Amino acid sequence: MEIRHGAFGRFGGMFVPEILVPTLEQLERAFEDASADAAFAAELDGLLREYAGRETPLYRCRNLTEGTKATIFLKREDLLHGGAHKTNQVIGQALLARRMGKTRLIAETGAGQHGVATALAGALFKMKTRVYMGSKDMARQAPNVYRMRLMGTEVVPVETGSCSLKDAINEALRDWSESYENTHYLLGTVAGPHPFPTIVREFQRVIGREAKRQMIEATGRLPDYAVACVGGGSNAIGLFADFIDEPDVRLVGVEPAGHGLHTEKHGATLEKGRPGILHGSYSYVLQDEDGQIVESHSVSAGLDYPGVGAQHSHLMETGRAEYVGITDDEALAAFGLLSRTEGIIPALESAHALAHALKIARDATRETVILVNLSGRGDKDIEQTMPYTKLEVNEYDRKI
Amino acid sequence: MTARYKRMFDALKQEGRGAFIPFVMLGDPDMAESLAILKTLAASGADALELGIPFSDPIADGPTIQTAANRALASGATPTKCLDLVAAFRKEYPDLPIGLLVYANLVIGRGIDAFYEHAAKCGVDSVLVADAPTAESGDFLAGARKHGVAPVYIVPPNADEAAMKKISEICEGYTYLLGRAGVTGAESEMNAPLDARVKYLGEQGAPPVVVGFGISRPNHVATAIRAGAGGAISGSATVRIVEKNLGDRKKMHRELAAFVQNMLAATKA
Repeated sequence: MEIRHGAFGRFGGMFVPEILVPTLEQLERAFEDASADAAFAAELDGLLREYAGRETPLYRCRNLTEGTKATIFLKREDLLHGGAHKTNQVIGQALLARRMGKTRLIAETGAGQHGVATALAGALFKMKTRVYMGSKDMARQAPNVYRMRLMGTEVVPVETGSCSLKDAINEALRDWSESYENTHYLLGTVAGPHPFPTIVREFQRVIGREAKRQMIEATGRLPDYAVACVGGGSNAIGLFADFIDEPDVRLVGVEPAGHGLHTEKHGATLEKGRPGILHGSYSYVLQDEDGQIVESHSVSAGLDYPGVGAQHSHLMETGRAEYVGITDDEALAAFGLLSRTEGIIPALESAHALAHALKIARDATRETVILVNLSGRGDKDIEQTMPYTKLEVNEYDRKI
Repeated sequence: MTARYKRMFDALKQEGRGAFIPFVMLGDPDMAESLAILKTLAASGADALELGIPFSDPIADGPTIQTAANRALASGATPTKCLDLVAAFRKEYPDLPIGLLVYANLVIGRGIDAFYEHAAKCGVDSVLVADAPTAESGDFLAGARKHGVAPVYIVPPNADEAAMKKISEICEGYTYLLGRAGVTGAESEMNAPLDARVKYLGEQGAPPVVVGFGISRPNHVATAIRAGAGGAISGSATVRIVEKNLGDRKKMHRELAAFVQNMLAATKA
């Protein structure tokens, strides 16, 4: 495939209806202008510090890895205002929207974290805000629906297709095809058409930049592994970006293996998909032999997506990053374990990354330092996980 | 293939009218009925047909055409079966221009080259890939040209002169001018001023302009023709007739025929 806009190796592009091209080009120009504008950077930094609470801590787990040779450090994006890393890039994009003279924000959301972040930006910047959310996700992430509405955002249920994140993105793109003149589509991940994969990465890069400095301060060295969960892939790219040129750091993206990679109930796009075009970019996609997109599955709404950011496809094919699967059960076990051993309740999304880090820790035969992006907090998942956790925690205890 | 379009537009010019082109989804509501629908549309005098291949995630389509795609997929429609259906129809109507409206992932699914080759073999004249704009046209354009299929592009209301110039250069068969912003649907009517864009495209040597999106009534067709367009496409309004009459197939065909004839009556310049 020839890619003319926003190529990551052989992936990326701007595969959208013609009507969205001028709007994406406008966004690209606004981002380039803003990137060269010191006042923009100063305003963004100020808001990230005073409003969102950056920088976030890097925490060395005291108890989690007892009995192993590994140390796990958590980059505490769960402590960011809004409860997840999403706020980083939402504030950046909201500033861009204002710069372009847009007065309305639309967004899609899966777990509701990106929706919540967009809602808070809508309130902060006094913009009318609408969030599209699959009806299945509204049911399993009800607290976030309430939080968005509390902040004055209109949450629109999406009843098409799998009633999940993919369909919410479809609906947001349809809205934007009509509303582009006054509306910015605040896409929440590094998937989607150019320039979103680049813009979102640059606004999330702060995660890895801080973590790298904090790791060196804490340990005098870089980690052996940097591990993050991958749905669309924004928190992972944010963590990876400043480590890509550090060949000694192994980058590991953790996809939702759902009921298992041998089943059809998973969201492991990179491991089980093949290249295709979904939501504006050429990247790995879960699809049938004809090219129809298939429904993904994950216990975690934020990872339940049959596409993935184009740069991840590139990082995988070039071998710079590796991608593994963690099942629903393994994620739930890690969710319980971190809560019990460290007093930190992780988002189910982040629990996927943590579960894989625990596997690495268990297998470590020498001292190993693992950096995990704890991308969000788990309060939103309490209701959903209640029936599962107890058994799984005990099971994991025995393994460690 | 541009020859059928050219013959159609030349003949219409002689008649002093524009083209009416209904759109339906291939495989909706099932393969057999879909073929019968194409025949009804053609027999009722449609000047050309625009046909969709159902896709799971049609981001350029509103609820009516999304639902049609779902019906077709549920009945087992695949891109291959849809093209075979076109081939079967083509045998009976060797001269009618046939355009496809598809999404990029279905074109690349079995390989871009293979898709255009198969489409050409089945008698398809043009292909519009809804999510492969001029800015990313590379491989799609090459595939279309190689197999003699006319690549069609959309001119949206926000296209500037540079964009229209570019489209004029690469578009073949006909030029698809949007009557309004947004996605397909009969819910909101066309509202974008057409005259200036039709004129500019003509000056740039674009193929004849056909207006689509928000064309649901004869007066919309008349407005498009008055603005200098060579024709009008009506999708959602046509598909709605299929949807409304799923329980009474005879009535469906009767209403489709009446709809085409009413719209045709508005094509006189």
